[in-house]
Amino acid sequence: MAKARLNWLVPAVVTGALVPFASLAWRIQQHRLGANPVATALNQVGLLALIFLIASLSCTPLKIAFGWTWPLRVRRSLGLCAFFSALLHFFVYWGLDQNLAIRSVLKDIVKRPFIAVGFLALLLLMPLAVTSTKRAVARLGFARWQSLHRLAYLTGALGVLHFYLRVKADHTQPILYGLVLVLGFALRGLAKIKKTRDVRLRAESRAARASSA
Amino acid sequence: MRNSPRPPPSSEITAPELYARRREFIKAGALFVGTSAAFGTGLVTLSDWGGADPPSHPPPMPKTAPGAPKWEVTRRGRFGTSEPQSSYEDITTYNNYYELGLSKSAPAALGFRIKPRPWTVQIKGEVARERTLDIDTLIDWFGLEERVYRMRCVEAWSMVIPWLGFPLADLVKRLEPTSRARYLRFTTLFDPEQLPGQESRVLKWPYVEGLRIDEAMNPLSFLALGLYGAPLPGQNGAPLRLVVPWKYGFKGGKSLVEIRFQETEPETTWSHAAPSEYGFYANVNPEVDHPRWSQATERRIGDLSRRKTLPFNGYGEYVADLYRGMDLTRYF
Repeated sequence: MAKARLNWLVPAVVTGALVPFASLAWRIQQHRLGANPVATALNQVGLLALIFLIASLSCTPLKIAFGWTWPLRVRRSLGLCAFFSALLHFFVYWGLDQNLAIRSVLKDIVKRPFIAVGFLALLLLMPLAVTSTKRAVARLGFARWQSLHRLAYLTGALGVLHFYLRVKADHTQPILYGLVLVLGFALRGLAKIKKTRDVRLRAESRAARASSA
Repeated sequence: MRNSPRPPPSSEITAPELYARRREFIKAGALFVGTSAAFGTGLVTLSDWGGADPPSHPPPMPKTAPGAPKWEVTRRGRFGTSEPQSSYEDITTYNNYYELGLSKSAPAALGFRIKPRPWTVQIKGEVARERTLDIDTLIDWFGLEERVYRMRCVEAWSMVIPWLGFPLADLVKRLEPTSRARYLRFTTLFDPEQLPGQESRVLKWPYVEGLRIDEAMNPLSFLALGLYGAPLPGQNGAPLRLVVPWKYGFKGGKSLVEIRFQETEPETTWSHAAPSEYGFYANVNPEVDHPRWSQATERRIGDLSRRKTLPFNGYGEYVADLYRGMDLTRYF
């Protein structure tokens, strides 16, 4: 049998990503978001942004750990979901939570470390979203594109920190997301060490063969 | 052969190369549906974690238990506000009571766990006589008064709640504190059976709150046993809780089992957990921000827009004198 074509995968991920937003909209319409719907919506959209971000940053580690290639096919979609969710999170905060008061938002960003951290993460996601197309990769050249997109690691860490700083007492959730992120970094690090060692060993054995000849 | 069906038009005939791939289409379709459903469900679950929807049917107003004294409101209206009262549903489904769960909706689901009778309160420390008081004795002594107070949470939201109870000052006077009694220390029930959240160690249990004795003697300080004319539901701190409306809501210790009169300032739960964020006084103050968010404005539950927060939650004329000469940015 021919190898399964995965052309359904990206549409499935994007459709699945819309489900929590549909669910949120439905619950807002049904007044089922509780006494403080603005706060609930703000928290849920923000958490979704972090989940998408961590998920997109887990694609490479999954490939390293299990040899799967399908995660790499959905990485860009997940990253874009993270960006759009983070943007929506910001607009809920600015528009609904702060009633479009630009000055109080600016004051918050300057004065509140957790808001500054979250805002910085959103700003850093912007160039990544803009350069997410194949054309952008071609225009920048893969090496430059790749080093730009390493910013995603930083945004992931900032996202977790933003969540951690916001929580009042129970830090379980931000710590768990942080652990997923750290595990991913560790796997990347191990893979890199292994690669350099392999290259070195190959070079050494080549040198040994050459000298014995 | 007049009766044979007409052959279908050629436009309706499936192209042979597509027909050959029919299994592939079905399989891809099934994988698409399954994957998107699984991914979507996972996302909804993760993003709801810890903050599930409030119960779709809010708890009904509790009836007074048979045999319990009748809930007669003896006095009404002192210090009352004419602002619209928050709905019973909002007051009883949007709660911070970590002993019953960390989300706003969890306490409403678990409030039934608290058994409000029999219930006693231990009076300890610097009083004429240490003793154990039955909660119904307190109702006999002081009667029940309705007080409609604003409640401002440190998380920058607020409600208007019609409490039922008696002034704390009445109890303090009756207990005859000694001259060494400078502070009151309020302790919440410690019983993981009734308060299952106490099995997690997010805070140091039991919950402890405190007041200076002159704050406790202020006529605004109130011990509530009910709201909206009925006994307090568990999630609101049944059967007895502190209400100090010029302070942030967390000062109002719930399900109280002990009041201790003492000479030294008690260490309170939140100031122990995060001393830079929550002080002993915790007076509502739009000028002193929480380190992580502004206290200048608040959202009244039910409103979409924010309103300005008032110093001492609008009760300055009654309480500002208590803090004359104190630097409230230091003693926050």
